[in-house]
Amino acid sequence: MSHSANPPRGGLRIAIGIGLLVVSGLLFVRAAGPWPGDAIVWPAAVAVLGALLIWRAPAVTPRRRRGWAAHRPSEPSPPRQPSVRMRAFGRPEVSRGGLGVALVLAGGFAFLWASGATRPAGEALLAALAVLIAVALIFAPSWRRLARSLAAERNERIRSQERADVGAHLHDSVLQTLALIQRSAEDPKQVAALARRQERELRGWLAGGDSREPGHTLAGALEAAAAEVEAAVGGSVEVVAVGDCPLDERGGAVVAAAREAMLNAAKFAGEVPVSVYAELSPERVQVYVRDRGAGFDPAAIPPQRRGVRESIIGRMRRVGGRATVRSLPGGGTEVEIAIAHGGSAVSGEES
Amino acid sequence: MSDGSAPRVVIVDDHDLFRAGVRTSLGPLVEVVAESSDVDSAVRAIEELVPDVVLLDVHMPGGGGVEVIRRVADGRPEVRFLALSVSDAAEDVIALIRAGARGYVTKTISGPELADAVCRVHAGDAVFSPRLAGFVLDAFAGEIPAAQVDPELDLLTPREREVLQHIARGYMYKEIAAQLGISAKTVEAHVSAVLRKLQLSSRHELSRWASHRRLVEE
Repeated sequence: MSHSANPPRGGLRIAIGIGLLVVSGLLFVRAAGPWPGDAIVWPAAVAVLGALLIWRAPAVTPRRRRGWAAHRPSEPSPPRQPSVRMRAFGRPEVSRGGLGVALVLAGGFAFLWASGATRPAGEALLAALAVLIAVALIFAPSWRRLARSLAAERNERIRSQERADVGAHLHDSVLQTLALIQRSAEDPKQVAALARRQERELRGWLAGGDSREPGHTLAGALEAAAAEVEAAVGGSVEVVAVGDCPLDERGGAVVAAAREAMLNAAKFAGEVPVSVYAELSPERVQVYVRDRGAGFDPAAIPPQRRGVRESIIGRMRRVGGRATVRSLPGGGTEVEIAIAHGGSAVSGEES
Repeated sequence: MSDGSAPRVVIVDDHDLFRAGVRTSLGPLVEVVAESSDVDSAVRAIEELVPDVVLLDVHMPGGGGVEVIRRVADGRPEVRFLALSVSDAAEDVIALIRAGARGYVTKTISGPELADAVCRVHAGDAVFSPRLAGFVLDAFAGEIPAAQVDPELDLLTPREREVLQHIARGYMYKEIAAQLGISAKTVEAHVSAVLRKLQLSSRHELSRWASHRRLVEE
């Protein structure tokens, strides 16, 4: 909101500056040149200032809504929006207008009082006041209605803007994917991969993309890695994360090792889903990558095959963690990756 | 509980296509006796037909799955509910479990797996998908440090935690039993105990967890 409050405040500062300049100019004229008299000039100056304030009151400009992504759609945003907006445009405008009216009235009264016209004009003044109040009473409801319909119209505009945003997004993502799916209907693997990628993307968009953005948290980075592996190799990689923690250098190593494990599982296990389970806390991180596929004998990997040994086990050892590969031919594979944030490797099998 | 015959199932979901898909994918192991697309007709169908298992969508017009359970469960304890959803929101899923559902599976589950889950719920077991296990672990431990939790709240025993962690890692009950050196029946008993704790633990605690979680996510 602060940026919206700035223009009027800056304007006010300029107005005060101009006012001071005008006052000093008037004082100079008063001392040096022809002077109509205090009773005329000062009230007139105040009244002019008030009039300027009224006329210069900012036109109500439609304020573009902040980014759609900043709001989770699950939040009750529509009821919350109007009040924010009402405050945004309502307050400065009313206070400036009110100040202007008060200044004009004060100028008029000061003139009448100073020129000694108050006494004879008392009754006329009272009558004028009564008429003013009556007019205000009569037009207040319609004025309020006008303000309200203006607000309603603004809401409607924002809503249609939102609809257009959503529509554009769905068009760019979901409709494109559906078209691709229709075109590759004879290839079930491709269809599944497309649907899967779209599902992930849509879920991320619906969730606002804030909480689990890659690069911010470990859980987000694992999700992103799973999505990459799915896109690269196909198959499905399901990530279940309990807790979360910020992504640091060691976290990066964990993600890289887990990604390698997911990649291996998706490539070599056969057509089976891969489960990733992560327990993340600031103290320690444990990630399990499991498939129930073909399995292999870890001892039988030839030494020149460096995938598992270097990219998973070696990488974790270098940052002070550990990785264990458990696999049996025919019994599936599980890679366990663990690191304690104190720096030492997590020891022991069970927590 | 199970009398050996195919469990009678009511499918409650507001998407016609999805209901049809579930119906065909369930196969011969399960008898679908009715389909409903909203809360009212679901409640009527369940009261009338008294199915063994209700496959329940989380989000529906007129209150969703929680509303169906709330209106049926008290009068019909023999009807079991299995939540079936695309929802990723822990709050929604936990709410349905707390209302009385015996398990939760995602809609991407394969037909045979779903039929198996229905049969297991029918037999009185709890069906925990890896994702649900993750949610529950989050609910009981991940998000609220132990020191902040009221002492009267039933915490998970280390064994129950272990079982849930294995489910989250993608192990099946049989495999967990083999890994932990206990019988499959014991694994099921642990899962049922977790379910009971989830349904009985103080409402206050869970809502605090939910609000805390929302706070963290924003």
